[in-house]
Amino acid sequence: MTAPQEENFMRKIQAEEKIEPKDWMPEAYRKNLIRQISQHAHSEVIGMQPEGNWITRAPSLRRKVVLLSKVQDEAGHGLYLYSACETLGISRSEMIEQLQSGVAKYSSIFNYPTLTWADVGAIGWLVDGAAIVNQVSLQRTSYGPYSRGMIRICKEESFHQRQGYEAILELAKGSPGQKEMAQDALNRFYWPALMMFGPHDSESAHSQKSMEWKIKRETNDDLRQKFVDQTVKQIEVLGLEHPDKAIKWNEERGHYDSSDLNWDEFWSVINGNGHCNRQRIEHHVAAHEEGEWVRDAITAYNDKKRAKKAQNAA
Amino acid sequence: MTNITEKLELFEVFVRSKRGLDHKHIGSLHAEDHEQALEYARDCYTRRTEGVSIWVVKSDDICASQEDDAECFYDPSDDKPYRHATYYVLPDPVNNM
Ligand SMILES: [Fe+2]
Ligand SMILES: [Fe+2]
Ligand SMILES: [Fe+2]
Repeated sequence: MTAPQEENFMRKIQAEEKIEPKDWMPEAYRKNLIRQISQHAHSEVIGMQPEGNWITRAPSLRRKVVLLSKVQDEAGHGLYLYSACETLGISRSEMIEQLQSGVAKYSSIFNYPTLTWADVGAIGWLVDGAAIVNQVSLQRTSYGPYSRGMIRICKEESFHQRQGYEAILELAKGSPGQKEMAQDALNRFYWPALMMFGPHDSESAHSQKSMEWKIKRETNDDLRQKFVDQTVKQIEVLGLEHPDKAIKWNEERGHYDSSDLNWDEFWSVINGNGHCNRQRIEHHVAAHEEGEWVRDAITAYNDKKRAKKAQNAA
Repeated sequence: MTNITEKLELFEVFVRSKRGLDHKHIGSLHAEDHEQALEYARDCYTRRTEGVSIWVVKSDDICASQEDDAECFYDPSDDKPYRHATYYVLPDPVNNM
C-alpha cells in the first residue's frame, strides 16, 4: 500500500504538474534528481576547460570576445544548476567534493582534447548542439527549479551553437588546409557528441525510473536520433564529408539510419580512461585551491563590514 | 491619531499562479509578522484561486538596484551584440539552429 503523500506526488506527476522544493517527494526521486542536476552542473563547469584552452589563441579579436562570452555563459549555467540542485538539500561544497573525488560524473565529451582551432568551432556546433537537443527536452522535466533553469539556459545556448557553426563554416570555405582542419575536427567530435546522449535505453541504469517520474521526457536513443537527423543537412551545407559512411535516409522510419557507436570507448572514458580525465579534475582542484585567497579576502572584507555596522549601531 | 498601518510592517507578496511557473510580484500589504502577512495575502490577493503558492518578504529586506544605476549595471552589455543568436548570419538551409 502506498502512502497518501506518495499517491499525491504521483498524481501531480501524471497531471504534468511540477514538483516544487517544499513539496513532499520520494527519497529516490530526490536522489535521482541530485545525481542528474549536479552531473549537469559539473559538465557546464568542466566544459569550460577544453574551450578555455583556446581563448588566448583565438585567431582574431572578434573570435576571442565571442569565445570569452560563451565560456562565461557556461560558468553561469553551472551556477544556475548548482543553485537548482541546492534546493534539494545538498550543499555546494558536497557537490564539489563529489566531483573532485570522482563520485559524481560529468559529460564524457569534455575528456576529449581540443587540438586545433577548428575543434572550438566543432564544440560549439556539435557539443552545444547536442546539449541543446537534450536541454530543450528537459524544459519539460517534472522538477520546477530544474525546468526553469533549463528554459533560461536554452535561451542562452542558441548563440553558442551558431558561433561554432559560423567558425567551422569559415574554415570549410577556406583554404584546403583549413577545410582539412574542419573535416578532422568533425571526424573526431561527431562520435563523442552522439555519446553525450548516454548508453542505449536498454543499458541505461537510471532511464526507466527517470522516465516514470518525468525527470527525463525522452529516451537517450530518441534524443540521439533527433541530433543525427538534424546534423546531416548541416554537414552538407559545410561541404564536408559525413563521418558516418552508413548514414542513410530510411523512408519507412522517417529517420536516418546510422552506425552503432563504439561503446567500449564510451565506457572507458566514463570510467576515467579518456585522454583528459585526470587533467580536467587536477585542473579543477588546482583552480579551486589557487582561488583560496579570493575566498579569504571576501570573508575578511565581510567581517570588516559587519564590525563597522555594529560599531555604527552602537 | 496614528494610522495602524504605521505600526505594521510592509510586506511584498509574490504568487505562483501555477506549478512550474515563477513566483511573480503581485503587490504589497501591511502585517504584524510573516504568518499574518501570509494570511492577509491569501485573503487579499488569491480570492479567485490565483495561485498555488505565496511568498511574503519584508519590503525592508529587498535590496533593489536604482534607475540611476542603470548605466553601470547594463551599459557594458550594449557593446556585446555577439551574445545574441541573431548576430550570426548562417546559410538559409541551416538557419533554424
Ligand atoms: Fe551551457
Ligand atoms: Fe549545457
Ligand atoms: Fe553552451
